[in-house]
Formats: sequence, C-alpha cells, structure tokens
Amino acid sequence: MRELREQSALLRTRGSLAGFLKALSVLIVAWFALSVFSPAQAAETAPRLDIGKGGECVKDPQWMRKNHMHLLKHQRDETLRKGIREESASLKNCIECHASTKDDSVIAREDSFCVGCHRYEAVKPDCFECHSGTRKSAWLRQRNGK
Amino acid sequence: MNQVDLQRRSFLKASAGAAAIAIAPGMMLYQVANGQTAGASGKVRWGMLIDTTQCKTGCNDCVTACNRENGLSGKTGPTDSQWIRKIEIKDISSGRELSLPMMCQHCEHPPCVDVCPTNASFKRADGIVLVDKHRCIGCRYCMMACPYKARSFVHEPLHDQNPDVPRGKGTVESCTLCVHRIDAGGKPACAEACPNQAILFGDLNDPDSEIARKVRSVASVQVRADLQLNPGVRYQGM
Repeated sequence: MRELREQSALLRTRGSLAGFLKALSVLIVAWFALSVFSPAQAAETAPRLDIGKGGECVKDPQWMRKNHMHLLKHQRDETLRKGIREESASLKNCIECHASTKDDSVIAREDSFCVGCHRYEAVKPDCFECHSGTRKSAWLRQRNGK
Repeated sequence: MNQVDLQRRSFLKASAGAAAIAIAPGMMLYQVANGQTAGASGKVRWGMLIDTTQCKTGCNDCVTACNRENGLSGKTGPTDSQWIRKIEIKDISSGRELSLPMMCQHCEHPPCVDVCPTNASFKRADGIVLVDKHRCIGCRYCMMACPYKARSFVHEPLHDQNPDVPRGKGTVESCTLCVHRIDAGGKPACAEACPNQAILFGDLNDPDSEIARKVRSVASVQVRADLQLNPGVRYQGM
C-alpha cells in the first residue's frame, strides 16, 4: 500500500515536470519566433556603424553587404597582377569615403565601418594585416606633417 | 527553308546588330566614368640606368626616400627589410672605389618567379617583378634564388602602412619600382630623390625615351650579365 502511494506521488511529480518542460519549450519557441520575426528586436541587435560618408556608390547597400568581398577579391587580382586600377571597387577608395569622420579609420573602433559588421557576423577580415585601414588623404597629411 | 524562317533570321540579325550599337558606347562610357585604366602594357619595359660616376660615397638619399615612400623602418639588421641599399666596391688591383645603389633588378627572366611554388612572385606585363602577398606563403625560396639579394622577409607585425604600399608579416617583399607611382604617371621615389640625378628611370622599349637614347650612346653593364637574366636595371661607369 505504501509502495503504491509512493509510486503515484512519483508519477504526479513526473507529470508536473513534463508539463513544466512543455510550457518551457513553448515559451522558448515563442521567444525565438519573436526574436526572428519582430523587426523591433532585430533593430536592437543589429550593429550600429560609423559609416563616414554613406549612401549608394557601387550598388545598393543590401547588395553590397552580401557581395562586397567578391568585388574586392576580383579587383585585388586585377590591380596587382595586371595593373588595372579601377577606382570603383578599389579598397583604398572604399576607405576614402567610409572611414569614420572622427578618426579617419575603418578599423579603429568597435563601431568602425568594417569592424562593426564583421564582429557581429564573427568573420575575421585579413585585409588589414597588410592594408592600411586609414583614409589615404589623412595618412598623407599626417606623414607630411611629421 | 520557308518564308517564315527567313524572316525570323533577318529579324534576329537586325535586332542583335541594333543591341550591339546601343550597348557599345554605353560600355565605353561606363569604363571611362569608373576610372578604369588600361593596365600594364606589354609594349613597355620599365628600367633604370644608374650612373655610378654620379653616385656619391656616403650619400644615402635614395635609400632614405625609399624607406619613407614604402614605410620601411630604415634599420639594417638581419630581420629588417631593405628594398634598396648602398654598396661600396673597390677594385683591389687599381684601388678604384665605387658607390652604387643595389635593389631588385627587375629581370626579364627572374629566378624568383621560376622558383615560387604558389605563383606569388610574378612579372607584370611591363617588366616589373612583384610579390602577390595574397598568395605568398613566406617560404623564402625566392630570396634564395635571387642573385642580387634583393628580397626581404617581414618578420614582425606592421602597423600604419602607406595606403598605397600594403606590407605584412609573413610575406616576402622587394623593390616594386614604386609601381603605385608609375601607374599614376610618376617615377620611383629613389630616382626623384637623387641629388645628382644618377638614377635615370624610363621605358627601355621606347626608342625616343631618354633612357633608351642613353643606353644606346653610353657604355653600361648589367650586374651578373653572365646569368643571362636581362635585368631592367643597368649600371654606367662600372
């Protein structure tokens, strides 16, 4: 008799635990759905960038977000190996406009033009191991001032 | 072939022609508007003629100008980059002394390009020998192959590079003949800085250029001509 009572108690606790888990999973799913589909939430987590001079230059911003690396990679081979220095997709010219107006850089701060998105997406760009992230006009001014 | 087919063919021909006429000027304008340059031309052969009789012992102006232009530290230790260096030579029997700058000789048949396992070391159409640092794996085969000891390896991380001259740790580098200046219509920093105009830069293939006329009229030699690499840099008075 005692054994039976204990068993039923166990069952009851199990039942309540299962119910709790069910509720929790529903909540989690709802939270995910909200975080994915609600634009308010997306705007809060998306990186805020110091874009220097913004606006459309080569293509519209959404296209550029997705494809800028292909343009840069194509351009780097054309420029280095063939000497074709096309201005529109040159890294140097991108930096000239998009570097911050505060520190003339695309990599100096957390919200700098390149760093902001790349940190958010967890993609490490290797460009700036060799290339300067500073606006050329500002760099020249600094060197000639020395 | 029936009438319908013939008509269709002529219609397609006409519309293709019209499309070509409509697109062609647009393409041209697009290229002009986007600042597209023609790129390095195979008709050009950039070179230098260095007048050693005008090169002064103790003068280091070309080296200083190169360091400033390309962002080199200027140190001469075993792990520091040197793109151009001054060499003092002495003929023991006669006692004649000479001072001259030595750098990448921009060979027509560069051994550094031959040995590179990744095609990073390459010769541009206009004769400039460069390192594609996107491909360089830092194996330093080219440094071994170069008879002029012209190449350096970057050992330490670098910061604050010249936006025109990307340089980075783990890659080999050497004189680029100031390719960024040449593409903009200028001449190398060393040639510009020499107080005695001992470094003459120009197109060896253009018979009317100053360098071609001088190479025709005065005796000049290529260093280690026996290797038959046909360097683009020649020395006068050696």
